[in-house]
Amino acid sequence: MNGFDVIQILFVFFVLILLSPILGAFFNKSLNGKATLFSSIARPFEKLVYRASGIDENEEMNWKQYLKAVLSFNGVGFLFVFFVLLFQKSFPLNPAGLPNLSWHLAFNTAVSFMTNTNWQSYAGESTMSHFSQMVALAGQNFFSAATGIGVLLVLIRAFKNNQSQKLGNFWVDLNRSVVYILLPLSLVWAILLSSQGVLQNLSGPVTVKTLEGKEQIISQGPVASQMAIKQLGTNGGGFFNTNSAHPYENPTPLSNFLELLALLLIPAALTLTFGYMLNKPKEGWILFSAMMIILVLGLSASLWSEYHANSLTANLIPMEGKEVRFGVTNSILWSTFTTAASNGSVNAMHSSLTPIAGGIALLNILFGEIIFGGVGSGLYGMLLYVVLTVFIAGLMVGRTPEYLGKKIEAFDIKMAIIGILTPSFVILFATTYSLVTPSIMSSLMHKGPHGFSEIFYAFSSAAGNNGSAFAGLNANTPILNSLLGVAMAIGRFGVILPVMALAGNISKKKIMPESVGTFKTDNFLFVFLLIAVILIVGALTFFPALSLGPIIEQIMFIQGKTF
Amino acid sequence: MKQKILTKEIYLQATLDSFTKLDPRTLIKNPVIFITGIGALITTVLLFTGSFSWFNSQIAIWLWFTVLFANFSEAIAEGKGKAQADSLRKSRTQTLARLYKNKVESQVNATELRKGDLVICETNDIIPADGEIVEGLASVDESAITGESAPVVRESGGDRSAVTGGTRVLSDRIIIKITMDPGEGFLDRMIALVEGASRQKTPNEIALSLLLSALTLIFLVAVVTLKFFADYAGVASGSSLSAIVTVPVLVSLLVCLIPTTIGGLLSAIGISGMDRLIQKNVIALSGRAVEAAGDIDILMLDKTGTITYGNRMATELIAAPNIGEKELYKMAHLASLSDETPEGRSIVELARSKYSELEKEDATGLEFVPFTAQTRMSGVNVNGAQVRKGAGDAIEKFVVSQKGVMPVEVTRAAETIARSGGTPLVVCKDEIVYGVIYLKDVVKSGIKERFSELRRMGIKTIMITGDNPLTAASIAAEAGVDDFMAQATPEMKLKRIKDEQEKGHLVAMTGDGTNDAPALAQADVGVAMNTGTQAAREAGNMIDLDSNPTKLIEIVETGKQILMTRGSLTTFSIANDVAKYFAIIPALFATLYAVKGGAGPLSVLNIMRLGSPQSAILSAVIFNALVIVALIPLALKGVAYKAIGAKALLQRNIFIYGVGGLVCPFIGIKLIDVIINLL
Repeated sequence: MNGFDVIQILFVFFVLILLSPILGAFFNKSLNGKATLFSSIARPFEKLVYRASGIDENEEMNWKQYLKAVLSFNGVGFLFVFFVLLFQKSFPLNPAGLPNLSWHLAFNTAVSFMTNTNWQSYAGESTMSHFSQMVALAGQNFFSAATGIGVLLVLIRAFKNNQSQKLGNFWVDLNRSVVYILLPLSLVWAILLSSQGVLQNLSGPVTVKTLEGKEQIISQGPVASQMAIKQLGTNGGGFFNTNSAHPYENPTPLSNFLELLALLLIPAALTLTFGYMLNKPKEGWILFSAMMIILVLGLSASLWSEYHANSLTANLIPMEGKEVRFGVTNSILWSTFTTAASNGSVNAMHSSLTPIAGGIALLNILFGEIIFGGVGSGLYGMLLYVVLTVFIAGLMVGRTPEYLGKKIEAFDIKMAIIGILTPSFVILFATTYSLVTPSIMSSLMHKGPHGFSEIFYAFSSAAGNNGSAFAGLNANTPILNSLLGVAMAIGRFGVILPVMALAGNISKKKIMPESVGTFKTDNFLFVFLLIAVILIVGALTFFPALSLGPIIEQIMFIQGKTF
Repeated sequence: MKQKILTKEIYLQATLDSFTKLDPRTLIKNPVIFITGIGALITTVLLFTGSFSWFNSQIAIWLWFTVLFANFSEAIAEGKGKAQADSLRKSRTQTLARLYKNKVESQVNATELRKGDLVICETNDIIPADGEIVEGLASVDESAITGESAPVVRESGGDRSAVTGGTRVLSDRIIIKITMDPGEGFLDRMIALVEGASRQKTPNEIALSLLLSALTLIFLVAVVTLKFFADYAGVASGSSLSAIVTVPVLVSLLVCLIPTTIGGLLSAIGISGMDRLIQKNVIALSGRAVEAAGDIDILMLDKTGTITYGNRMATELIAAPNIGEKELYKMAHLASLSDETPEGRSIVELARSKYSELEKEDATGLEFVPFTAQTRMSGVNVNGAQVRKGAGDAIEKFVVSQKGVMPVEVTRAAETIARSGGTPLVVCKDEIVYGVIYLKDVVKSGIKERFSELRRMGIKTIMITGDNPLTAASIAAEAGVDDFMAQATPEMKLKRIKDEQEKGHLVAMTGDGTNDAPALAQADVGVAMNTGTQAAREAGNMIDLDSNPTKLIEIVETGKQILMTRGSLTTFSIANDVAKYFAIIPALFATLYAVKGGAGPLSVLNIMRLGSPQSAILSAVIFNALVIVALIPLALKGVAYKAIGAKALLQRNIFIYGVGGLVCPFIGIKLIDVIINLL
């Protein structure tokens, strides 16, 4: 690591911290229908949608109605993608003449894009037609992110409400999320990225002769437009198989910086939107800080591990599986960001990271994708941890624990625990099932702890709705596609359901006035507590498993042995 | 009721009870300990089905100890209550009642009395059941329930008419109307409460149990799946782990990870909290109320008897122009010598404390002129002179009739006193006005400090009084309450409580009168005075046997203590897991990828340098069991509450129980390991 690496890292964080409050405040206004400079452009589009669909934007839903809307919208989205992929040959914009997908791959992919996971059991360029990419997949990239924002808004409103059932309108939230946040930002990013040379056309693949005189098929397509939302919407599903390591997806250092920034931008800004919406900006910054600290800790450990060269790598930094254009620092920044945010796009192969760097990537997912996490989903997941922290620590001041003036009682704890632990159950059970199922084990490329990490990572990524892969696992088999598909669905809705129920219950409660006896959550003591609970409750469950994967591997790596 | 230290019998009984509580039907109420019990059972069964070894039997023994220690903590907390219940029960021995029906007296068994019956009680009779005096007045010995030997006066009508079954009439004769059927009386309910028979989990306890159960479940899954992960790792590495990754060892890992510490102590914390309240002579009719007490942020107190002594007392004398101060004091003293009202006596006391020579004077030779509603003044006639004290206008009239004048300064001083909430009394001798006596409602000493302590706890105090707003404001300022309600009626009290609750506050109030009953019932914590009426005692959810309104502070503290103890021990319990991981995981996988007899890579994690895998696992299990015993006293006593504000309190508890919980098992496990390896 040299000075230039340090400057790059600091610059990314600087821009992120600078833009978060600006965007956070903008989101707050836009999502709540207040006027901004931008609304003169966007408001007509917003209204047009209401008029076309007959939605009354002033009508509010209770949590059950809202949940019903979320589920039916996602259900329709799933079916749409599923059938488009199943019959992609019958749709236009298929210059390469790609065939229909198998039922299990179509199922897996449809669930994957609906749940904002973007796990890809396929290679994009050789599987998906332009129509499938642009209409089916890119559409879900927007809608799944917008769904996350909607669910988050419900939870924020629940804390804001004083004994009310009115939690907003899903269609309005969906519309505003897309029109004011996702579309304009994607447009800006798409333009910036195509200026850097990210491809944007509708052509089929071209065959060229290389210098060696061999033939190479080069795929093309509408990359830039899809890249933007893939990064911004914490989706991660690449146009090409090698994702953002591909020169058409990520050609220059500037494009790499833009994509890196986009990984965390919206989730980080939403954290502050939370504070602004409640008129308690400090509470937003507190969550932002807790996330930032864990992110930086993970990043530091990964960088240490990567730059801690030993005889095994001939005392050089390990470059296998990394893109030489980006080098170690940018690969590690990406791997940390993409797993912290539940994005899952990659610019280096995670399987090739040093064991600890790979382990940190895994750990970021295992925390439940709450270190900024997915768009919306990161913060509502984090709020579940907050509820848990407030409950344990709040008792220590001798009062029934409360957060933002709302009492945290049995039902709330039940929902928080279900939301936090459901993905953990899925990961542990599915990994165990895989280990004893020969047809799954034959999909593994590596043996030993690394092989264990591959399968463990796959299910963590699915249940955590991350979507990145450790590589080395051939997931495009009926059994793995189905299993991973189910894991993604449970990982998404197993959290959304308890979050919505929690919101419904919290919203009904009175706001307790503050006094000196109140447990305060707007200070750094709380940040410390929150981090401790995340580390202990989130990671403790997986510590035995991790010790058989990345931990033992790192120790042996230091001792001079790889797999 | 006070006293009651732990005796040998309680320990003995609790030890026995820890075994009877092994009944699965009892055990299942505590999921964490139930799982531990199942683990112990499995380990024991395995001992007799082929896998007997010294190591496995040690694990089995210590797992059983873990369960027994948890049972013991609950049993000992219950034991204290039972001992108290026994002493209460003694006073409920079969009594005969003198039933008074159709003007005829007949002897019946106390258990045959029904609501509405009339009974007669005379000197030395035990009152047969709870009731209300309808005729007569008696002094009653209530030491059976309050522990207070001084008799109290009970009389028909008014706020002191309630009597409790089991107490004894010391003098006089009363007729009591029974208000409770047998078995529902105050004493019965108290016995049930202290015995824990009617104990239900409180809302917070339920929430915490849920959390603990969920943690237990996830660790169960983590440990079960670990077996498969380990098998895979074993095969992949070509080294067999079957010697160490056995069922007893996995059970040990599970028991160490699940929150057995807090799980084992949880019910003891709740029971002993109620018990501590009883030690303070407060009977809480539900655990829910005790917990709510910890959340109270508004406290409504009656002025009279709580904040002030309830009598107006002379505090200052202001002389009229041309009158010496000593002359005024002498005259005021003289005017009050024969006055036996509390005000009069306070004037005499004040004068004598200033001029001790006045103590020699007495009322002989004085002709007392008592206060009447017409004259509105009192005084004495001595040697033909008329000495009077009274309201300003009354004295003015008197002085004018004697051809005197009322000095403007005196009138002004009287007005100032009235404005500041006091009562002015003007003193005169014939036509000469001597000055003004400042009578005021005196605030109890130390009450201001208590209120500022409450403020530091985050509790706002509201004084309720029937006084006019002026008087109320001045007393409120002096007592240091945050707010007051002047000219309060029962309806206003009720409304105020509802309003505050609407704003999200939790309100506590104390009361004793029948007209307090609706407000007591509406308040989140309603503390009825034991001296109060039956209606008040029914309406509140706590009864203070000492009838001391400031007892609320201790009630609040106890409520907070219960919650704090739960939170602190949960934190401690969870923080403990970190060290246990570092003990067990390296032990489990020490041989993985080990090169010929050397230590495997994961033994790097054995940062405590524990002797052997077996001793490491055993040390963790033993530590886990012993820490329950070590924390029983804390669970029974509760974590100390200090009114230092939430933030300071949190920092303190996090440091002790969070950081302590991280560090302490490292030391404990290492120590146990050293001992095991020495043996």
